[in-house]
Amino acid sequence: MENEPIIIRTENLKKVYGSGEAQVIALAGINLTIRQGEFVAIMGPSGSGKSTLLNILACLDRPSEGSYYLDGIDVSQYQRRDLALIRGRKIGMVFQSYNLLPRLTALENVLLPIFYRREQRLPAEAARQHALAALESVGLGDRAHHYPNQLSGGQQQRVAIARALVNDPAIILADEPTGNLDSHASQEILDLLQRLHAQGRTIVLVTHDPEVAAHTERILLIRDGHLISDQSNGRTRSTPPSNALSSSPASTTLEVHHDH
Amino acid sequence: MITEIAKEAWRSLRANKLRSLLTTLGVIIGVAAVIVMMAISAGTEAAISESIYSLGSNLIFISSTFSRVGPGERPQNAGGLVYDDVAAIREKIKGVTGVTVDQQASVTVRRGDITLDGVMLMGTTPDYPIVRGLSVATGRYFTSTEVERAQKVAVLGKTIAEKLFGEEDPIGQTITVNKTQLTVIGVLAEKGLVAGTDFDQLIYTPIKVVFQKFTPSQFARFMGDRVRQITVAVDPKANIDTVVEQISLLLANRHNVSLDSPDFSIRTQADIIKARESTTATFRNLLIWVASVSLLVGGIGIMNIMLVSVTERTREIGLRQAVGATPEDIQIQFLVEALVLSLLGGVIGIGVGIAGSHLFGTLSGMRTVIVPSAIGISFTSAALVGILFGYLPARRAARLDPIVALRYE
Ligand SMILES: Nc1ncnc2c1ncn2[C@@H]1O[C@H](COP(=O)(O)OP(=O)(O)OP(=O)(O)O)[C@@H](O)[C@H]1O
Ligand SMILES: [Mg+2]
Repeated sequence: MENEPIIIRTENLKKVYGSGEAQVIALAGINLTIRQGEFVAIMGPSGSGKSTLLNILACLDRPSEGSYYLDGIDVSQYQRRDLALIRGRKIGMVFQSYNLLPRLTALENVLLPIFYRREQRLPAEAARQHALAALESVGLGDRAHHYPNQLSGGQQQRVAIARALVNDPAIILADEPTGNLDSHASQEILDLLQRLHAQGRTIVLVTHDPEVAAHTERILLIRDGHLISDQSNGRTRSTPPSNALSSSPASTTLEVHHDH
Repeated sequence: MITEIAKEAWRSLRANKLRSLLTTLGVIIGVAAVIVMMAISAGTEAAISESIYSLGSNLIFISSTFSRVGPGERPQNAGGLVYDDVAAIREKIKGVTGVTVDQQASVTVRRGDITLDGVMLMGTTPDYPIVRGLSVATGRYFTSTEVERAQKVAVLGKTIAEKLFGEEDPIGQTITVNKTQLTVIGVLAEKGLVAGTDFDQLIYTPIKVVFQKFTPSQFARFMGDRVRQITVAVDPKANIDTVVEQISLLLANRHNVSLDSPDFSIRTQADIIKARESTTATFRNLLIWVASVSLLVGGIGIMNIMLVSVTERTREIGLRQAVGATPEDIQIQFLVEALVLSLLGGVIGIGVGIAGSHLFGTLSGMRTVIVPSAIGISFTSAALVGILFGYLPARRAARLDPIVALRYE
């Protein structure tokens, strides 16, 4: 575990909204290291700064102070364009409300990150195959041409996960991915995330639900913008760290050996 | 990449078919208006120049410009063209194939029990058929001797000959024009309606006959042997400008006037067409303004709908940014969408414009000519409108903060 490369490192990460009377300190100096292959849950009361932290980790937002090293690069001073490029290349984001584009089919939604890719652009047919493979890896190969409104919430979230996977990111970040789902669909999503974790994916999710957190191997507790606890979660160490996939770069594969 | 963006744009426009169509209405109207108006003005221009050339080709028109007379001054003092100028031009100027002059009178014609009122009697010279492109069908035209002696002869247009004589041969017969008897010596071949005159309905006679018999006496005293206009046909091989110059010198000399203030003016057919064109050009400039305004309105419509679209799709923009779209990607997407919208309007407008031009032509009987440059210009302007008015919404979309956009409800 200690030998895995560091994917995320923050130093005294701060985020302050507003100024003067209305000033809100959303993050009050977070120091955090996440290594490749980890499966981390961020917990904390509402308004504690979980989403703020995740958005900065996702390069959607910039810290007011402090540094953020993503895959070894300090991105805290990056401008909008560079942040966009980093997001496309290294981040796979999953939202509570799925955020699929309603006019596009499942397959086309999964194709979006490929569409905006600047490096190693794929010819149209290869891109399609790649996106289809991602959909198959979340068990939705047969729903490729369905529109979001023809899919259940759980299926939509799986499409969103396929979209997060398709550019083979360094890390998957999920903000309350099961927040809108019933317990059955939540379980499906968690199984899927665990399977990805088993393949060596690095995953960070935000949740309120202790049962969801129980599926992870490390729990970060945030309160009032402070990281107040960082515990490893012995009970659910699902895969041995010597997993062949986890030692190779995340770029290896999309295939998931699911047992449907 | 760009084709994918265009496909995307097309899709999102199709998602709101009616709205997209209504938005492009301004552009459609603007483009169609340009094409229809240009078609009408080009058609009119073509009709005008055709009618000017159908008088005969390579013509020079010399007109009297009576020098301005002060109040109380008698117009007799004024100069101008006289009948003898015709012969002078005919003799002295090289490269001239015919010189003619005409003086018309409205007359009543009788032959047997047939009486025709309001017939045009055309007093001319022997060169008239050459200059006007007429040809003699039977008999002959009158000679210069007959003109000089004011011989009472007549040549008939085809239609009038049929009206007066039916199947009979008119040659050698006599007709009574007002109170004067004229002997028919020829009938012209059919010419038809040219520039508002039906040449087949005319009776042609030596100009001196008209001077003597068919000009009201007080008018005759005032006019003398003055003529309003002399028409000169120029040999196509001759240089028309040189001929014009020589005629100017000759007439100035004969009338004893300086070239700076002549008592005549000379215009070629090209001059007349140019003058007409300058009036249609003013008309066209007006049209361009009208079209610009409607394109502007169309552009504002596009901008408006694109701004609405950006607001509606704020979450989509946030999501696209979250999966790696840069601000430029977003800007290009919305610019292309505005462009597709305006080009769509342009294409439909061109279709409507062409169809409208044909329809207008058939309904009004006016000639319309589709001008390719009008199509090119209006299409380009539509594209420019799209880019220009799409810019602001596209920039607004590109500047959205991804987090704010993702949270937008
Ligand atoms: N754009 C903003 N402007 C001002 N204050 C903000 C903004 N975004 C977040 N905050 C504040 O920052 C603090 C942390 O918000 P954040 O959304 O990170 O909380 P959270 O832990 O995700 O809460 P929840 O569990 O309810 O989602 C809150 O007090 C919130 O009001
Ligand atoms: Mg939150």
